[in-house]
Amino acid sequence: MQSAVAPSASSLREPVLSLKGISKGFGAVRALTDINLDVHAGEVVAIVGDNGAGKSTLVKILAGVHPQDSGTITFDGQVVSIPTPTASRALGIATVFQDLALCDNLDVVSNLFLGREITHGTLDEEEMEQRAWSLLRQLSAKIPSVRIAVASLSGGQRQTVAIARSLIGEPSVVILDEPTAALGVAQTAEVLNLIERLRERGLGVLIISHNMADVQAVADRVVVLRLGRNNGDFHVADVSYEEIISAITGATDNVVTRRASAHAVAAAAESHAPDATEPPAPSAGSKENR
Amino acid sequence: MTTPSETPAERAADLQDERLVRTEGVRGAILAFQQRVRGGDLGSLPVIIGLIVIWVIFQILNPNFLSSNNLVNLTLQCAAVGTISIGIVLVLLLGQIDLSVGSVSGLAAAILGVGLTQLGWPVALAVVVALVVGAAIGFLYGLLFTRFGVPSFVITLAGLLAFLGLQLKVLGPNGSINLPYDSWIVQFAQATFLPPWAAYALAVIAAGAVFYTDVRRASRRRKAGLSTGAISVTLIKSIGLLVLLVIVVAYLATDRGLGAMFLLFVVLVVVMNFFLTRTRWGRSVFAVGGSVEAARRAGIRVNRVYISVFILTSTFAALGGLLASARLTSASLSSGGGDTNLNAIAAAVIGGTSLFGGRGSAYSALLGILVIQSISNGLTLLNLDSSIRYMITGAVLLLAVIIDSLSRRSRASHGQA
Repeated sequence: MQSAVAPSASSLREPVLSLKGISKGFGAVRALTDINLDVHAGEVVAIVGDNGAGKSTLVKILAGVHPQDSGTITFDGQVVSIPTPTASRALGIATVFQDLALCDNLDVVSNLFLGREITHGTLDEEEMEQRAWSLLRQLSAKIPSVRIAVASLSGGQRQTVAIARSLIGEPSVVILDEPTAALGVAQTAEVLNLIERLRERGLGVLIISHNMADVQAVADRVVVLRLGRNNGDFHVADVSYEEIISAITGATDNVVTRRASAHAVAAAAESHAPDATEPPAPSAGSKENR
Repeated sequence: MTTPSETPAERAADLQDERLVRTEGVRGAILAFQQRVRGGDLGSLPVIIGLIVIWVIFQILNPNFLSSNNLVNLTLQCAAVGTISIGIVLVLLLGQIDLSVGSVSGLAAAILGVGLTQLGWPVALAVVVALVVGAAIGFLYGLLFTRFGVPSFVITLAGLLAFLGLQLKVLGPNGSINLPYDSWIVQFAQATFLPPWAAYALAVIAAGAVFYTDVRRASRRRKAGLSTGAISVTLIKSIGLLVLLVIVVAYLATDRGLGAMFLLFVVLVVVMNFFLTRTRWGRSVFAVGGSVEAARRAGIRVNRVYISVFILTSTFAALGGLLASARLTSASLSSGGGDTNLNAIAAAVIGGTSLFGGRGSAYSALLGILVIQSISNGLTLLNLDSSIRYMITGAVLLLAVIIDSLSRRSRASHGQA
């Protein structure tokens, strides 16, 4: 029922990060059920969904905040487990949480290298400042001085610092949780440019967003979650705003559409024998073309 | 230096943004300082102005106040509580508090007294035992804080009572022990003064070290393609420091000179400042004080930072207690009692270390204790008793906290909180 995705150039390659059959429950609540998700190098994948769809839970599993109950995570072709945030970072997954987690009292350089300071006995401030500048220049970040406290930066600049910090450890996948949620028009554009630059660097980018305009502007693929299940996987180029919205809200998942699709399948079966490999149209299904 | 005609690419890496207002040389340094102050980043300015005002007032009221004899006394009075105050600065940087430093210092004094007189320990052993006990107390606080999450305020309030009790227990029924006057720690605290030539040499070394580190930093920054400050500013700074230190040394030398105990205190301040600003550990202390969650997510082992700081705070408290008892040649029930606790905390806050965590410097212990002891010393010279002294010290502490809160608000309104 959701649009079938034609395999593109990127999806033919081995994904850098691949989730298969991920489930997670909190007590009686099934937060995630049988989630599948692929992220390729140089691809921006947006995860969208209503509140409670399980987006944050999925991010937390990848960030090592809590492990999944079942299902496998494959990273660079290896099946991995991510029990702690440190393990996630060590694999090469950098997560930028919504609250950014910057130290307001420290300057930009200190924040960028926090926990990963370059030292030769004492802190090597010059080396750090130089590398901070070259990193920020690569990202075309608009930060006037790296020696001012992060508190005095605008929201977009703070987001830039947080994203730049995630790149210090040379990750291969960057996860951004609501990167544009609190930003103005110009700052949002800056962050979207930044995301495109991450893609140009060959990183796999996973963004969570409620803002469809941003998603359509920057993402290559959109993965829709609904009530903890996959509810569609679209190429942004081939999908309309309305289709994504209806996948998010489940507007297409009602008695009428289910009956219509059942008829369609039945009609197809009568006219010619169905191909065994072709999946039947899912209802609220977790089917994703690959 | 740079000229306006050059292209952005030729500029230092940190000056390429066209929005940056570039100021250079001595004028630039003054302008930058003015801007910082207006933006609410007062640094040490209020406390230096306050110190000058206090000194002028007391000098007018009593001409003996600024006599070299009294100033030498003042430096010796500063050393013990000042040393305790270094530890308070550390714990305040984390946004925590240690209310038990007075009791811990009293306990250390009691251990020194009992060890020397009743147990016949050598001085070095008694000192080491006292310091180890201090460190162990800090470790205990750190464990309680990190394992059980009890607020440090409550843990150390309990410690204040408990270790006061332990101090009484150690002292035994006498309640007061006189230290042998000829032991080296008493001699060190009371009668050891630097000969003038050594004090002058130290002044030259200090100014030279400031000059050398600035020049070295400038050359490293140039190598890294970053902007450097003007050499004239460095020169003025180090020559100014040299002149100031030489005047102080020369004036103190007209009396007994620079006390070894005060020198130890200043050296400890400088060393702690180095660790806070130039090492990974220091950076993590500021990070935890700024935002614990951010520090934790950045991979800093937050619990270790807390424990290390609690250990240092209690150890500095024990050392301060040793110095105080050596200076008074006695360990008694009142060692570390009275206003020791609050003076140490007040000194750190008055010196400019924020109560809210993440802002401050080791030098605030030095500046703050100078203010506190100047007030106490001046009021004693005026023959005012401790009732007035407590009230005035309380008022000064309140003023310092108000300045801290106001500058915080000013930083917020200038977008730098």
